Amino acid sequence: MITYFFVFLAVLAVASALAMVISKNTVNSALFLVLNMVSLAGLFLLLKAQFLAVIQILVYAGAIMVLFLFVIMLLNVQDEERLFNKFRLKYFVAFLLGVGVFSQIIYSIGSFTDTLPTVSSDMAYVGTVEAVGDVMFTEYLLPFELTAILLTAAVVGALIVAQHKIKSGATND
Amino acid sequence: MISIDWFLALSALLFCIGIIGVLIRKNAIVIFMCVELMLNAVNLSLISFSSYYGNIDGQILVFFALAVAAAEAVVGLAIIIAIFRNNLSVDINKVNLMRW
Repeated sequence: MITYFFVFLAVLAVASALAMVISKNTVNSALFLVLNMVSLAGLFLLLKAQFLAVIQILVYAGAIMVLFLFVIMLLNVQDEERLFNKFRLKYFVAFLLGVGVFSQIIYSIGSFTDTLPTVSSDMAYVGTVEAVGDVMFTEYLLPFELTAILLTAAVVGALIVAQHKIKSGATND
Repeated sequence: MISIDWFLALSALLFCIGIIGVLIRKNAIVIFMCVELMLNAVNLSLISFSSYYGNIDGQILVFFALAVAAAEAVVGLAIIIAIFRNNLSVDINKVNLMRW
């Protein structure tokens, strides 16, 4: 049963990722990415990481993709007539590079065997909210607080970058 | 239980789709979404290792990666808006301010 779920979610994830790359309309791309993230959240559930599955949907599919859709609608970008560059060699090299990286990763996965420990019964409770929170607020408290500072800095930086008139007056148009 | 290899292979496949997307697309927003896809693929492999080893640290790292991805999305989209104001385009071939 778990295998069927895995195959279903994996096919959904790969198909939506491919559809995101090859769709001409940017809004369709963003919606395919949402589908991809939802199927990844399902895979996280299969891996017993319930907390991160919920966070994936809340933060990625909820917050980040809404931001993307806002920007797409705000900029009102037209559909592209030609999806890829006219220069076909670049497209070919990109394909070769992608295949190269993929085969390299598959090769290193293939050479990795029998290093996993046997799963005990207390390992099954690794991904619950309780377990994650327990570690995050004791051992990783300082990085957690630093994340808050990082997010504040990002918001302030975004406000300054996207401002209409920057005071230094350097025009580049 | 499924072998961990399948999760890692799926993660590698998604990562490579992201790489190909970054390299062949011209629209800056779609390139940005492909970067998000690559981040997600890495998150999947981190969570599968964490789950199969019974060690929670990988999931904590994924949580921080999510926070960094949110910050990166905010700043990156602000930069895209600023470029669009100057150029009226999100086509990366037309952005040549820092090119020589």
